Amino acid sequence: MATKDQTPQHEVRPVTQETRIPERFIPVPTIEPGHSFSTITDHISTIVLRKKTPIGWLIGFLIALGGVGLLTVSMTMLIGKGIGIWGINHPVGWGMDIINFVWWIGIGHAGTLISAILLLLRQEWRTSINRFAEAMTLFAVASAGLYPALHTGRPWYDYWLFPYPNTMGLWPQFRSPLMWDVFAVSTYATVSALFWYVGLIPDLATLRDRATNLWVKRIYGLFALGWRGSAKHWHRYEHAYLLLAGLSTPLVLSVHTIVSFDFAVAQLPGWHATFFPPYFVAGAVFAGFAMVLTLAIPARKFFKLEDFITMRHLENMGKVMLATGMIVAYAYAMEWFYGLYSGNVFETFMLKNRATGPYASMYAALWICNGLAPQLMWFKRFRTSPFWLFVVAMFVNVGMWLERFVIIPASLHRDFLPSSWGMYHGTVWDWSFYIGSIGLFFALLFLFVRFLPMISIFEMRTLLPEAQAHAEHEEH
Amino acid sequence: MAIGKIKEGLYGVVAEFNDPQTLLDAANAVREKGYTHTDAFSPFPIHGLAEAVGFHKSRLSLIVLTMGILGGAGGFFMQWYANVVSYPLNIGGKPLNSWPAWIPITFECTILLAALGAVFGMLALNGLPMPYHPIFNLRRFDSASRDKFFLVIQARDPKFRLEEARRLLESLGPREVTDVPW
Repeated sequence: MATKDQTPQHEVRPVTQETRIPERFIPVPTIEPGHSFSTITDHISTIVLRKKTPIGWLIGFLIALGGVGLLTVSMTMLIGKGIGIWGINHPVGWGMDIINFVWWIGIGHAGTLISAILLLLRQEWRTSINRFAEAMTLFAVASAGLYPALHTGRPWYDYWLFPYPNTMGLWPQFRSPLMWDVFAVSTYATVSALFWYVGLIPDLATLRDRATNLWVKRIYGLFALGWRGSAKHWHRYEHAYLLLAGLSTPLVLSVHTIVSFDFAVAQLPGWHATFFPPYFVAGAVFAGFAMVLTLAIPARKFFKLEDFITMRHLENMGKVMLATGMIVAYAYAMEWFYGLYSGNVFETFMLKNRATGPYASMYAALWICNGLAPQLMWFKRFRTSPFWLFVVAMFVNVGMWLERFVIIPASLHRDFLPSSWGMYHGTVWDWSFYIGSIGLFFALLFLFVRFLPMISIFEMRTLLPEAQAHAEHEEH
Repeated sequence: MAIGKIKEGLYGVVAEFNDPQTLLDAANAVREKGYTHTDAFSPFPIHGLAEAVGFHKSRLSLIVLTMGILGGAGGFFMQWYANVVSYPLNIGGKPLNSWPAWIPITFECTILLAALGAVFGMLALNGLPMPYHPIFNLRRFDSASRDKFFLVIQARDPKFRLEEARRLLESLGPREVTDVPW
């Protein structure tokens, strides 16, 4: 015993680099080392404030603008001729317009998830992608909103959707999921815009202070609202931001729940299922993260943001994609269970028709895109390769569109009576609307990355170790 | 409002710091000296700094709660009024007050008004938008949104004596101390 007490000091293993932690346990940082408050500020704000517009941006923006042109032509055509130019007719009354609406709205959900839910869960890595994802939400919701508004056929009467005392003495049908949708989507658009703008205010002040051109300074100054970074302001600001995050979290879950009610409340086989709300929400997050990856991977390369959007972000997004993809695949499997277990002849037929009917190829493609492709994310090699992440994300983007196709027209085209069966094919105008809305989305996104900081500068500053300050009397 | 009286002359004495820790310590030291009209400016939120310059409780939660309740009650009332009072329709003898079907819209209205309350409440309590503020007269204040930290003792502080305030701030490790006019 005595010998053990006298263990010589040199045998105590010193804590040096010799105590090796296996490399796979060392977390990849959310911000590369070597940055300070000023380098972060300058790096991100210079992308916006530089005078020369990169030629790549210009080309991309012009292509997107072409899409906006196509959308304008399509809208003019639709308003002039009516929704007959789309491929919808009996029995398929909801076609690509509603598919695209749900597709876009779903994509939007990742933005709110990243900015609100990950904030509440204190996931620091969200910081460098939240601004970007919120912008994506906003533009996706803008693209989504077009479809139901135009699907009404007479969009100039769309204000009838809102309850206001009118001379007709009528009210909207508050008991209808379509009306719930109006409230859910318009609330979602408003709250997302507020959340995004509030997050921007301190960065707009940075741009105001860094701009050299008087007019640029004035315009940013106008939108910065005279923000001066006062401690009391920051306190209320953080409070408001946290409350907004707390409010957005149930909101985002409710939005896609209500979108799923559009289907689930109807009594159509393939739509009428109680598991639709969680299934739709998971699908939305899945689609949204795929879109964030689709946009972030090229953007970080083009704008040289690898220091801020690190491999850790990409890997985490890959993991989220895997998890939500598995939930979605589980839902596809449960559709079979519910259908077969119901013993209902229409339910069973719907499933058989889905797998072997005229749209069977789309159903198979759906399984490949959403069920199979994300399985690559189990492997670190693929999760940490921007190329493979991008490939999988593209599969998911397509897969989620197919999912809505399988749900909507593929359920509608076989009515209860064989005499009312039909087929649905998108027309040229269906596709031009789709391409046009993608153009609108990218055009807005291009404007955003040129004129606003795509990474939250002030939140990035807080990630630096030197941002930590502690009051003396507060030490625990 | 005493604004008219102090519109001319000095707004306060401002100290500039290089890092958040020095600012936080300085703000605490100034408060402990008995100054009540102080403020600090930083490029990002610093935990405990608002308390250090004498900020206690924000009324924001109350505003958001009130707005949320108003939104929920208002949203429900709208649907109840439309379906029960203004345009009652008897559909197969089903109850007019079919409240479960109104929950989604009630919920969305709650969130909408609460969120509006959070944003506009925050701006209103902060007194924003405010295009002009004397602190912008400080030439180096541009860096308050980049990498520098500022602490001000305002001239309207009852304890304010120019020389004394300047000396106090000088002793707290600033980069420089400046007088800022209105």
